Amino acid sequence: MILLGAKIALFILIASFFLIMVRLLKGPSLPDRVISLDLLAFVALGIILLNMIITGEEEYLDIVIVISLVIFIATVAIAKYLTKGGKND
Amino acid sequence: MIEWIAFIALILGALFVLVSAIGLLRLPDLFMRMHATTKTTSLGITLMLIGVIVSFPTWTVVLKGLLIIAFTFLTSPLGAHMISKAGHLLGIKKWDRYIRDDLSDR
Repeated sequence: MILLGAKIALFILIASFFLIMVRLLKGPSLPDRVISLDLLAFVALGIILLNMIITGEEEYLDIVIVISLVIFIATVAIAKYLTKGGKND
Repeated sequence: MIEWIAFIALILGALFVLVSAIGLLRLPDLFMRMHATTKTTSLGITLMLIGVIVSFPTWTVVLKGLLIIAFTFLTSPLGAHMISKAGHLLGIKKWDRYIRDDLSDR
């Protein structure tokens, strides 16, 4: 039952991946593309979690920790780059 | 029983991510898109991690899962705040039917 749920959730995540790719290619401004990439990283994180359930190996959870750290640092770095180093804090 | 909890948590988490993707595609403005993506993804990843924790009941998986949940809930609003401030300072074109905008003169 868990395996069936993981496969159905995998199909839902792949459908949302294509919807996010449309916004990523179409996005009118740069922050739109930044939040699209942020959401795309969350989709990758969910796919790794589901792959952990399907294959049954616990070591995938370390990859999830690293990705959830990298998402935050990338978002803050791009925001600081867009405002030219944060002179308006 | 535990299998049903994991089943419902996994599918519900994936549906939350799908809702945020639809909101990202359909909403008319940067700030509304950010409203769609930030809240629902933290809840969706939390539900999927609850499904993983329930289906792998060992101490390391439970501790790492709770760590990821806490970190996501701490950092996701912070990143959204930084990006929205950058978008406001860059002068992103806003939706033309806002009733009030408190930051319009700054």
